[in-house]
Amino acid sequence: MDINDLRAIATVMLFVAFIAIVVWAYSGKRKQAFDEAALLAVGEDDEVKRGGKVGQ
Amino acid sequence: MQSQATYNYKVVRQFAVMTVIWGIVGMLVGVIIAAQLVWPELNVIEFLSYGRLRPLHTNAVIFAFGGCALFATSYYSVQRTNHTSLFLPKLASFTFWGWQLVIVLAALSLPLGFTSGKEYAELEWPIDILITVVWVSYAIVFFGTIGTRKTKHIYVSNWFFGAMIIAVALLHLVNSAAIPVDFFKSYSAYSGVQDAMIQWWYGHNAVGFFLTAGFLGMMYYFVPKQAGRPVYSYRLSVVHFWALIFTYMWAGPHHLHYTALPDWTSSIGMLFSLILLAPSWGGMINGIMTLSGAWHKLRDDPILKFMITSLSFYGMSTFEGPMMAIKTVNALSHYTDWTVGHVHSGALGWVAMISIGAIYYLIPRLFGKSEMYSTKLINVHFWLATLGTVLYIAALWISGVMQGLMWRATNADGTLTYAFVESVKASYPFWTIRVIGGVLFLTGMLLMAYNMFKTIGSGRAVDDAKVLEPAHAH
Repeated sequence: MDINDLRAIATVMLFVAFIAIVVWAYSGKRKQAFDEAALLAVGEDDEVKRGGKVGQ
Repeated sequence: MQSQATYNYKVVRQFAVMTVIWGIVGMLVGVIIAAQLVWPELNVIEFLSYGRLRPLHTNAVIFAFGGCALFATSYYSVQRTNHTSLFLPKLASFTFWGWQLVIVLAALSLPLGFTSGKEYAELEWPIDILITVVWVSYAIVFFGTIGTRKTKHIYVSNWFFGAMIIAVALLHLVNSAAIPVDFFKSYSAYSGVQDAMIQWWYGHNAVGFFLTAGFLGMMYYFVPKQAGRPVYSYRLSVVHFWALIFTYMWAGPHHLHYTALPDWTSSIGMLFSLILLAPSWGGMINGIMTLSGAWHKLRDDPILKFMITSLSFYGMSTFEGPMMAIKTVNALSHYTDWTVGHVHSGALGWVAMISIGAIYYLIPRLFGKSEMYSTKLINVHFWLATLGTVLYIAALWISGVMQGLMWRATNADGTLTYAFVESVKASYPFWTIRVIGGVLFLTGMLLMAYNMFKTIGSGRAVDDAKVLEPAHAH
């Protein structure tokens, strides 16, 4: 076995890891956590959108 | 329990204002060199000649304008999404002054002719070391802030900004490795085709991580904010992130088709460039569909127009890029204006427009106003920017394809149909249109500066915005 076999194995492992991430991301049990995470940007109070001035 | 800590807006304000200033400077230099191509007599002295100013233009728009926009938006959104103030505020302040020093040194050393000759990495070794120090400080501030977060989850924009910071550190360190011969001159640590491959591994990933991942981080925070809706699909954003991370690093060899680079390497580069279409378009769709059900907002919100148009240009240039990476297409497009047009469809259409949208979002919030001084001027800016970009890229598509066809045309006896200078002559009308497109885009930036200073003039520096408790903290 030379270094190129290791390189090939590493590449395949990364590909498998990526597929695993896709399966994980689309699994039903992640849904609620992701829905909450999506609100991290827009769920917080935005002073300007509320019509007030920032920092008051 | 109400937290009494306040968000650190000072460094965000500094970077946001300098984004506009450096944008004007970088784009002005772009207009000057575009004009020098049409009117060569504008090359008056060596310090301001095309060859010296061209790297100044690319460095100024990418690292000064784009860099300041990334610092401003990442420092703002990392605090807001993690419900905490910036880690080590003094170090954050150092990143601002350090980065400005890098920019000033670039603006002095490049016209003076100091260059390492590597595209988008021209700065000489002492400046490279300063960049490394500033960048590592940026990483400490950014990841330190995430480390002190009050939320369980790390919002997706932070993942993109974080990947940008790590990848750029890696790229900069490897590609800038050099042997100094004196204080002003160094030679690359690599030679021959290895040097070329490392340079374009760096070059393409500067596009992939600095100009894409970073600005996608911006997109994933500011588009939902401006639209007032959560991102279309959070799980798609997770897949989008990892797909980009796994794929981009391989695409560099497409810059070296038909060179001394081994054919298999360039084939891999081409293949991974084609694969990149999928994550790129996944991200674009995710951004645009965030507006689904709220399309009416586009009608009267020019900031949202900037953001959605930027995503359209992102989609367009990430379709064009993989096509140009195909060897047979590249045989026509490489070394022509088509490449330059492609870069500007990404740079003006995507990077600049998403940054402009994000900065318009930030300025009122950083200066205690409910909106910009003039929404009408933002709208005028939007149309100037869009028209300028379209003129620029359409002109260079035509001249690029024309140049490619002229260079490859042969007569029946095998001799070349055209001398090189004939393709230069034929390009003049398109180069003139490019100058007009650039002037339009620059004019829009000047309006933005006016609008910004008017907003700042009637506002106040906000330093008392209290850190909010996370919505889901129980």
